[in-house]
Amino acid sequence: MRRALLNIAGESAFYSAVAAFVVLTAFPFYWMLITSLKSNPDLYNVTNIPFWFNETPTLEHFQYLFEQTLFARWLLNSLIIGLCVVAITLTAALPAGYSLARMVGRNGEALGIGIFLTYLVPPTLLFLPLSRIVASLGLQNSMWSLVLVYPTFTIPFCTWLLMGFFKAMPVEIAEAAIVDGCSLFGAFVRMVLPLSLPAILTAVIFTFTLTLQEFVYALTFISASAQKPVTLGVATDLVRGDIFFWGEIMAGALIASIPVAIAYNLFLDRFISGITGGAVK
Amino acid sequence: MVSIAEPIAKPASRYRFILDRRDVLGSVMVAPAILYVLLLVGLPFLLAVYYSVSAYTIYDPSWHFVGLSNFRQIVSNPVFQDTLANTFLFTFGSQFLGLVLGKFGALLLMRPFPGRTIVRALIILPWAVPIALATVAWEWMFDSLYSVINWTLISLGIITRSEAPNWLGNPHLAMLCVIVVNAWRFFPFAIVIFLAGMTSIPQDVIDAATVDGAGFWRRNYQIVLPMIMPIVAVGLIFGIVFTFTDLSVVFLLTNGGPVGATSVLGFEGFQVGIVSGDVSHGAAISLFMLPVLFFVVVGMLRFIRRREI
Repeated sequence: MRRALLNIAGESAFYSAVAAFVVLTAFPFYWMLITSLKSNPDLYNVTNIPFWFNETPTLEHFQYLFEQTLFARWLLNSLIIGLCVVAITLTAALPAGYSLARMVGRNGEALGIGIFLTYLVPPTLLFLPLSRIVASLGLQNSMWSLVLVYPTFTIPFCTWLLMGFFKAMPVEIAEAAIVDGCSLFGAFVRMVLPLSLPAILTAVIFTFTLTLQEFVYALTFISASAQKPVTLGVATDLVRGDIFFWGEIMAGALIASIPVAIAYNLFLDRFISGITGGAVK
Repeated sequence: MVSIAEPIAKPASRYRFILDRRDVLGSVMVAPAILYVLLLVGLPFLLAVYYSVSAYTIYDPSWHFVGLSNFRQIVSNPVFQDTLANTFLFTFGSQFLGLVLGKFGALLLMRPFPGRTIVRALIILPWAVPIALATVAWEWMFDSLYSVINWTLISLGIITRSEAPNWLGNPHLAMLCVIVVNAWRFFPFAIVIFLAGMTSIPQDVIDAATVDGAGFWRRNYQIVLPMIMPIVAVGLIFGIVFTFTDLSVVFLLTNGGPVGATSVLGFEGFQVGIVSGDVSHGAAISLFMLPVLFFVVVGMLRFIRRREI
């Protein structure tokens, strides 16, 4: 009897700890959702219970966001930036990852670590010179500056990710293709790449989410509203003077967060084995 | 005598020799990535170093060399000394809090229970979602008038409305807020890292320790922790580097305020170099990050290497 009670106490302690963690992590997002669906009189009344609707939920914030602000344009900008950066990143990182994994021998490892370390060079160290470079290229206040600069962290990241994957692929696959008459490069293009689609997909997803998450470069290079990517637009452009449009801000933040959250959850395990690949063999 | 058909000579491409030499092709394939990184990371880095010893501003883009006088001016400025102290407090406060929460969360998630997948998905959220957007949500939660935290405290009877704290308006509370938000953003990453390490430990090692009489804490601190150290070290590199150089959380949550109480190096570099256009001093401020980054990375790399041997 006493044992059973202890057991129940232990179980409930465990589940309340889990619940506390979930509340801690998920509450701000619940807060985004509920704020975005509340009408303004409900939102700005301190006597109302804030956790639930005191008046009928409304879609007016979403409507305002799409009709009266540049939100749709920001989404489009982010999509264009993401796709261009993905294209540049794959072009550079796929051959580089394969080369470092299979072709340049013992130096490959050191070179790989070197490239990966550049991923750790923070934007706040480079934004000043890069903003001058961007300005001298005439790209200031244009989203194309981000297309130029974002590959500086996505290429190192994806090269590292793909290098780990190519190393894990059996050497025999490329060798068999070479024996059958492929050139070295042909073996890479015709055999290795088609078999790497899952890894390429992972690289694409993470490149895209990294471009969505980036904030510092976007903040530094772009002040024209129409050129902002969605993260920057929502965080800085929905404030008029001192007035925050909380309903609209939360609606925009929610819409921009959802795809990233889903992508991360689907690809989390590959992400972890990718970045820790060098630490646990 | 009938000759057997001669093998058809393939028209050899002029560049065929490149594609068949492993080392040459290897260098060609890795070149675009290295060039991109050299041009847009290496070159700007050197530029940053040069700006910091010049008198360059966006209004007067001269390359006039001034030696270390920028650094001397910065170091003697009390505002900068506060900024430096804030940066360390911010980094180590949020990393410590993040690691504690992360270890605890990982222990919870190790055990299978119904709904674990959904719980894991929800716990990952702060790290997955763009930090700028999550920070804006926190800003709204810390709002001076409509703060949901204050509302809860008031309705629980802990404080009255007149005592309700102005989270982002009080220097100490504002620092606490940026630390908490940053720890909140990082602890899911710490959980994931701890979990990855803990699941990579073979069960028989744990069993052997248990048979030998090691209890829960002993197993945890003398078997598990040393074994997951390399992977935790990698996680810590990321955590420290990205926190020490952070700009987004501080910029959006407090804008460095109130009166510079939460100003950190990244933010100060941005204010001076971009907002005020004083590129040379901004670059010099940013470069103060470098020694810390260098020590962290070198220390961790050596640590990992020693572990592997």
